[in-house]
Amino acid sequence: MAEMQAEIVHRHEAPKAFIWKYIFSLDHKVIGIQYYLLALFSVFVGLTLSILMRIHLVWPQASIPLLDKVSPLGAPGGVISPEYYLSLLTLHGTIMVFFVLTTAPQGGFGNYFLPLQIGAEDMAFPRLNMLSFWTTFAGLAVLMATFFIHDGPPIGGWTSYPPLSAVGGAAGPGMAVGETLWVVSIAIFCVASMLGAINFIATTLDLRARGLSLMKLPLTCWAWFLTAILGLLSFAVLLAAGVLLLLDRTGGTSFFIPGGLLVSDKPILHSGGSPLLWQHLFWFFGHPEVYIAILPGMGVTSHVLSTFARKPIFGYRAMVYAMSAIGVLGFCVWGHHMFVSGMSPYSAFAFSVLTMAIAIPSAIKTFNWIGTLLGAKIRFSTPMLFSIGFVSLFVTGGLSGIFLGQPPLDIYFHDTYFVLAHFHMIMGVASIFGIFTATYFWFPKMFGRMMNETLGKIHFWITFVGVYAIFMPMHYLGLEGNPRRYAEFIDNFLLPLMSVHRFISIAAFITGAAQLIFLFNLIWSLFKGKKATENPWEATTLEWTVPSPPPFDNFAGKHPVIYHGAYEFSVPGAEKDYIMQNSPEEVAADH
Amino acid sequence: MASTVLTPTKPAKAGKPGGSGRGSGGFGPGGSGGGGGWEGYRVPSRTYRLGMWFGLGGIVMLFAAFTSAMVVRRGMSFDWASIAVPRILWLNTGVLLASSLTLELSRRALARRSATQFNRWLYATLVLGLAFLGGQLVAWRELASRGVYLATNPSSSFFYVLTAAHGLHLAGGIIALGYVVFRAGSMVRGLTRRTPLDVAAIYWHFMDGLWIYIFFLLTRWS
Ligand code: HEM
Ligand SMILES: [Cu+2]
Repeated sequence: MAEMQAEIVHRHEAPKAFIWKYIFSLDHKVIGIQYYLLALFSVFVGLTLSILMRIHLVWPQASIPLLDKVSPLGAPGGVISPEYYLSLLTLHGTIMVFFVLTTAPQGGFGNYFLPLQIGAEDMAFPRLNMLSFWTTFAGLAVLMATFFIHDGPPIGGWTSYPPLSAVGGAAGPGMAVGETLWVVSIAIFCVASMLGAINFIATTLDLRARGLSLMKLPLTCWAWFLTAILGLLSFAVLLAAGVLLLLDRTGGTSFFIPGGLLVSDKPILHSGGSPLLWQHLFWFFGHPEVYIAILPGMGVTSHVLSTFARKPIFGYRAMVYAMSAIGVLGFCVWGHHMFVSGMSPYSAFAFSVLTMAIAIPSAIKTFNWIGTLLGAKIRFSTPMLFSIGFVSLFVTGGLSGIFLGQPPLDIYFHDTYFVLAHFHMIMGVASIFGIFTATYFWFPKMFGRMMNETLGKIHFWITFVGVYAIFMPMHYLGLEGNPRRYAEFIDNFLLPLMSVHRFISIAAFITGAAQLIFLFNLIWSLFKGKKATENPWEATTLEWTVPSPPPFDNFAGKHPVIYHGAYEFSVPGAEKDYIMQNSPEEVAADH
Repeated sequence: MASTVLTPTKPAKAGKPGGSGRGSGGFGPGGSGGGGGWEGYRVPSRTYRLGMWFGLGGIVMLFAAFTSAMVVRRGMSFDWASIAVPRILWLNTGVLLASSLTLELSRRALARRSATQFNRWLYATLVLGLAFLGGQLVAWRELASRGVYLATNPSSSFFYVLTAAHGLHLAGGIIALGYVVFRAGSMVRGLTRRTPLDVAAIYWHFMDGLWIYIFFLLTRWS
């Protein structure tokens, strides 16, 4: 067996020139970091936008320095106009959903660690990989361009519902050129994601090391694989919808624009289109998309919980089946976003039952995570804290989902802050916690240095308490009927809620500021962090068998052979409390 | 289609794939430089075919979405007016079917290592593909001369969307075949793998089938 591992096949060597090494790199590790940096840039832009929104909600007259330089029209004298609030809202949602939650977990960490964890030299199609990244980059550039046009970014929200998203400038500032750029950006992003997905699928299926059967895969790989399938199938549908919307805007067609519309006193000369058609297409993509955002987080959480609990993951197979079930069911529930669209009560009932059915695999995962922690001698390092935080947020957000999934309740809750609370808890923050987990966990492997634990823990506690402080009260606001997407609350029934809003805003400022601790830790550790060993967390998977950072071709021309499952911790009779996947050690080999 | 493929590289046994499948054969990413130092990187040609099959899955979803949009748009309003599709589409269909045939002939010829036949059928496929696209343009011109444009009616909107989306995809196939032509010499001499041809063939035949589906949709349903 040993000679197998030593067999050397063509080593491929790193390119020398800067441009091929760091810019148009074909190396999955460099591309992974590129995706991560793109997401890091995006998340700070998105965060800034949300802080501006929170300022406007509680101090609508506040003058924000420099903002009038960015948009003289949207923020005259630095005071955010209601329309500009909606621009900020639209870009916040779009940036966060597409360019943060869809890129960092998959394009970032997936790219970097999928080949390493399965014992491959690289992704299956390195050129395609480079193309996916640069296409994503182009999509982001087009979106960012909307900040610099005269009337600012579009105000249509991240869901961009027609008819207002289809009728052009009459619908408000940003809805002429800005909205067109939005659609183009999203279409580009769709193509990029589909190209990336093909690569992930082919790599997982075909490039696994000898002996690495599907049921020995780390759960992270399962998550990336399933996410890729969801992305491939759902982004295609959004792409189709985007093309049709673009034609409605620029080609005079009426796919989504109904007849007899009068927008801002301007008659719209279209007829017969169906705004609901967009909603169907969009949410057929949109619901799988929320799982695209969170599945990789589930994977890394499972991985880290097991590693730091020093126990095998509880119910490995159940985890795999649960994730697969979530993936399949995720395509059957889009109607729960449309309960108030006038759908037949029978369809609503069907969508509701299917939606509730997703709670079952979700609960299985949750119980397995808790089962993994029960009776464990837990090592409370920062990655572990964030993955426990992930579980907590997933449960909190999932519970509100069960309320929303019932049409009679959702008719009341729809378009209130309750929905905002639900999806920020589960998609926004839980997925971000997945990204933090992955960052603290894999940083040593990626950059060869440890991140600072003290700063990490401070970052965790402020963020954890902070996000609960921000989003828990939003459930209450929703119960009180506070609508979402409003720029100012001047109605009588909303005024008494202003103190809650003020509390939320202050919590948001503190939590937002705490992210600078993370940024500082990231940069500081890059240069000054403690040198990382090959396997600082005493984990079992293949990426920890190579130096930190790994060499250009990952395994230095060798081909690892796998003998063990991914989570063999504390195996009785083993000499250490963990067994590397490629260790020929015989203990529990027939596990 | 994929099962008839003959490759110089024997893919690793299914279920235990990985490293040992690489290393032989000639075609791989970076083969023609640019990336620098990627000459050693090879994945089995089976992986390329697998990637292509999944890519087709994405394309199926794209056109499924267009189809469902068409069904919904047609069912929801009363403004749908059927258009008579241009007769030339029948001819175009024949041309595209013929191109699949010639592509198969060229693949057989490559298996026999018959350079002239291989090239002849490959070029024939390219010409037929371009002829199809030209024919589609003629169809568009004919509709336009009847005063039927993109925005004239939802049925014409879908006509243009579906034919354009298919045409763009087919143009991609032509570019891929162009790459095969560029590589043809070394493929015949067995210096490079025939993977690009086999993968392009999967795509090409799929585009053929997709067109039959679209044609059916446009003539029977709209
Ligand atoms: C137990 C599982 C879940 C159930 C039953 C559920 C149910 C729902 C329902 C019914 C809505 C529509 C509310 C409305 O607009 O009136 C909704 C919205 C949403 N959910 Fe969930 N959900 C679940 C899990 C998730 C997960 C795991 C994510 C993301 C990771 C997620 C992300 C979202 C998002 C982003 C929205 C709002 C989209 C928008 O209107 O902008 N949900 N959920
Ligand atoms: Cu949903």
